Amino acid sequence: MNSANDLAQVIPQAADYVRILPEIVLAIFGMIVMVLDPWMDERRSQKTLGTIALVGSLAALVATLFQSQYPGLGFWDMVRVDSFSVFFHFLVAAVTAVVILTSYEYMQVQRIRAGEYYALVLFGAVGMSLMSSAVELVLIFIALEISSISTYILAGFRRRAAISSESSVKYFLLGSFATAFFLYGVALMFGATGSTSITVIGEALRSGDIPILAFVGVAFMFVGLGFKVAAAPFHVWTPDVYEGAPAPVVGFMSTAPKAAVFAVLLRIMFEADAPGRLWLIWVAAALSMTVGNLGALVQDNVKRLLAYSSIAHAGYLLVAYAALPNNGIPAAMFYTATYAAMNVGAFAVISHIGGEGERYVTLEDYEGLGRRNPLLAAILTIFLLSLIGIPITGGFFAKFYVFSAALQANLVGLVIIGVLNSAVASYYYLRLIVVMYMREAREEVPVSPIPLGLGAALAISLAATIYLGVLPGRLLDYAARTAAEWAR
Amino acid sequence: MSTALDNSMLTLVTFIPLAGALLLLLFPRRDRDIRLFALVVSLLDFVLSLHLPVHFQRGQTAFQYEVNNQWISNPNIHYHMGVDGVSMWLVVLTSFLTPLCVLISWNSIHERVKEFFILLLVLQTALIGVFVALDLFLFYFFWEATLIPMALLIGIYGHGRRVYAAVKFFLYTMVASMFMLAAILWLYAKTGTFDFVSIQTAIHNGQVENFSGAALWLFLGFFIAFAVKVPVFPFHTWLPDAHVEAPTAGSVLLAGVLLKMGTYGMFRFNLGLFPEQSRSNASWIMVLALIGIVYGALVAMVQPNMKKLIAYSSISHLGFVVLGIFSFTQAGLDGATFVMLAHGVSTGALFMLAGILYERRHTYEIAEFGGLATPMPVYATFFLFIMLASVGLPLLNGFVGEFLVLSGAFRDRAVYGVLGATGVIWSACYLLWMYQRVFYGKVTHPVNLSLPDLSGRERAALWPAAAAALVMGVAPLLWLNSIDPAVQTALAPFAQLVGKVVGR
Repeated sequence: MNSANDLAQVIPQAADYVRILPEIVLAIFGMIVMVLDPWMDERRSQKTLGTIALVGSLAALVATLFQSQYPGLGFWDMVRVDSFSVFFHFLVAAVTAVVILTSYEYMQVQRIRAGEYYALVLFGAVGMSLMSSAVELVLIFIALEISSISTYILAGFRRRAAISSESSVKYFLLGSFATAFFLYGVALMFGATGSTSITVIGEALRSGDIPILAFVGVAFMFVGLGFKVAAAPFHVWTPDVYEGAPAPVVGFMSTAPKAAVFAVLLRIMFEADAPGRLWLIWVAAALSMTVGNLGALVQDNVKRLLAYSSIAHAGYLLVAYAALPNNGIPAAMFYTATYAAMNVGAFAVISHIGGEGERYVTLEDYEGLGRRNPLLAAILTIFLLSLIGIPITGGFFAKFYVFSAALQANLVGLVIIGVLNSAVASYYYLRLIVVMYMREAREEVPVSPIPLGLGAALAISLAATIYLGVLPGRLLDYAARTAAEWAR
Repeated sequence: MSTALDNSMLTLVTFIPLAGALLLLLFPRRDRDIRLFALVVSLLDFVLSLHLPVHFQRGQTAFQYEVNNQWISNPNIHYHMGVDGVSMWLVVLTSFLTPLCVLISWNSIHERVKEFFILLLVLQTALIGVFVALDLFLFYFFWEATLIPMALLIGIYGHGRRVYAAVKFFLYTMVASMFMLAAILWLYAKTGTFDFVSIQTAIHNGQVENFSGAALWLFLGFFIAFAVKVPVFPFHTWLPDAHVEAPTAGSVLLAGVLLKMGTYGMFRFNLGLFPEQSRSNASWIMVLALIGIVYGALVAMVQPNMKKLIAYSSISHLGFVVLGIFSFTQAGLDGATFVMLAHGVSTGALFMLAGILYERRHTYEIAEFGGLATPMPVYATFFLFIMLASVGLPLLNGFVGEFLVLSGAFRDRAVYGVLGATGVIWSACYLLWMYQRVFYGKVTHPVNLSLPDLSGRERAALWPAAAAALVMGVAPLLWLNSIDPAVQTALAPFAQLVGKVVGR
């Protein structure tokens, strides 16, 4: 009897597999892509493999929906399916699908072999999905590594461009360094509380004295995670890496892994009730917003500009982490979703305009785009307005929720810094809009018509950006329910 | 009376231009059809907006034509619209000026025509939305929404330094309205609602915690956003640039309506939500207003550029409005509202006239003209009429408002009235002098001899403005009897304040 019980404890049950169903689906499709790749000739493989990957990401969406019917813990309390993890699974899968749609054209124009690319995107998505459902620090570390290693390689995919390899190596070296910090933090946390389970850590920290080791552990973990989300002062890699990496990959790695790491950060900060989080985050948020926005002011390369903008947005997002859980968690979740929609969309436009070898990525190349391709310019304008935070776009409500959450936690100083920063930010986004509409093109930059895949990607991200700007209620209510679940 | 129509009237008036703009998106690029369609849409909107004053209950003080539906549950945002006597006329002013803008842009815009009229109609929706919104969030939403089409109109269709002017305009307003947003968020955090009326009641009954400490900052947060828009004296530098570079229709709406968003905001929100702070800050605000009146007029006098001159005259005229609002007297506020409307009509028309000249000569320099009355007699007559309305000749619209403002200011403090009154003299000086230099004397530049006089379309754009200027001057009561109750409501808390101070 006893041994049967033991056996039941070590052998995973069917329910356990349901808890990681989306990850399984993504991994299987990734492997199918890898296996098929050598058997196909290069020309045909582009579309076919892309479609398989697309189907994979859509299947992961369906798996997430299925999985959401069976919330609970799995695999010896290492993963947990709750409405929080479902939210981020959904987000990651959706971003993956949109990025794959964007990549169709890009792969052909840049003549990149599609097989490994799509497989890596899917494997990366496995890691990101797992991050949002893992409630155990070691598993989180493994998931983080799965996601990171894929993105390291993806960053270097423009093999003909030296700058891409540079980007990949830089990202890899600094990234490994940062993950080591995270791992060290996990070890210290284990030392302080005797567990790597977030729930147990939370109980231990809430129950009594907080050992000094726990503070150090939190700080170290924050260094590792702060690097991944490009929060200042761990942001230095961002502009170089974003400049060198292929544009669709930048769209991917500036949204999906970030969203996943923000999910981890939410779990660590709020569920584990990380000690000393307020000042840590206060400083990082204020710094990120300021450094990001000031840095972006002087950029002439659109990819670098958006890199600094993403640092700034990480800062706005962190403001929500300094707020109270019941407002901060929904605000942060809403922000990640909105940011994903608008940023993926913006990079889709950039990857299209970039052309072969990404030659057209400076502000000058966008001159007169409003005349050459009014539709593309209008779409990019809407994404940029959303990044500024103008009403009827999702970006407005995202900032709005974050700042009002912070105000309810009486963080007036941080809100003032944030508000001033968004005023500064409007300048450099506006610069791009001005260039597109109010300058005439000095030299003819060819803009090809929008292909089907890219069109679909743009339509999805545009629809999401505007939907969140007009009717943000449903998503926010969902996020608020999640936060309430946690509080129980 | 059909209440269903009354209830949906504001929604219709606000969103018909937007619907028109969306339909324009689908239009083929046949410029003539596009212009015609824009004209039809804006005229339709004007006719509908006339429903508001016709069925307005004049004795009533509450908001009318109200709609109040929940838009977003969290945060608690309502689609709450309604008008009182003040905002109703501003709505009508907006819908009155837009068809004129379409007419005046008929030939002057010949590139990217479709985009131009789409932007114009979108702008109209946003402007009307600002005046009818009674939910602070909705208000902010429309407030920011006016920025983008206006900046694009300036930046794409403007003259030489258009990009600089557009960016300056955008940044000034954007940065200033951030302060208002912060104040709105604070109020929401404390009261849990964006509803103007609820917040007003909560503040009035002292139900907002920590209000006394924050009130001054909140007042200033709103005030700075509005002051930049008006513009009040030290914040005015964006205005001349924006006006000089803007296309004619942009200038007309900018001077005619956009600036009134600021004064309307002061009336509705600064006075409405923070009566005590308005009272205690009134002295320095009135001084700024007076500086604006005199400074604007003096700078206008020395402008060599006709459009810049009119732009500075706007600063001067809007100074009257601010002066009237912060005099807290019935006459002052009635007058302020009336100046808003009158200035919208007459300065709008002045910008149209300047635009007509620019179309012919491609310059605004006064020195380039002279003796224009000879080749363009009809034009000169229109110009004279409108200019006299702007100067404040009795029986024309400018007089009524300025007279009321000055009598209100005089009652508040005699020196304000006296100083303000000099503004009227100055305005006669700079406008008449400009008129003399442009229209009288010999034709100094031979090019000007062959300038064609007004076309039928241009007359069609100017006649309504001239007629409105006359009717407003002869029968101001048509307007004032609906403005009056709204002003009384706004002033109610001030009467109590005085009562508190005096101890009655």
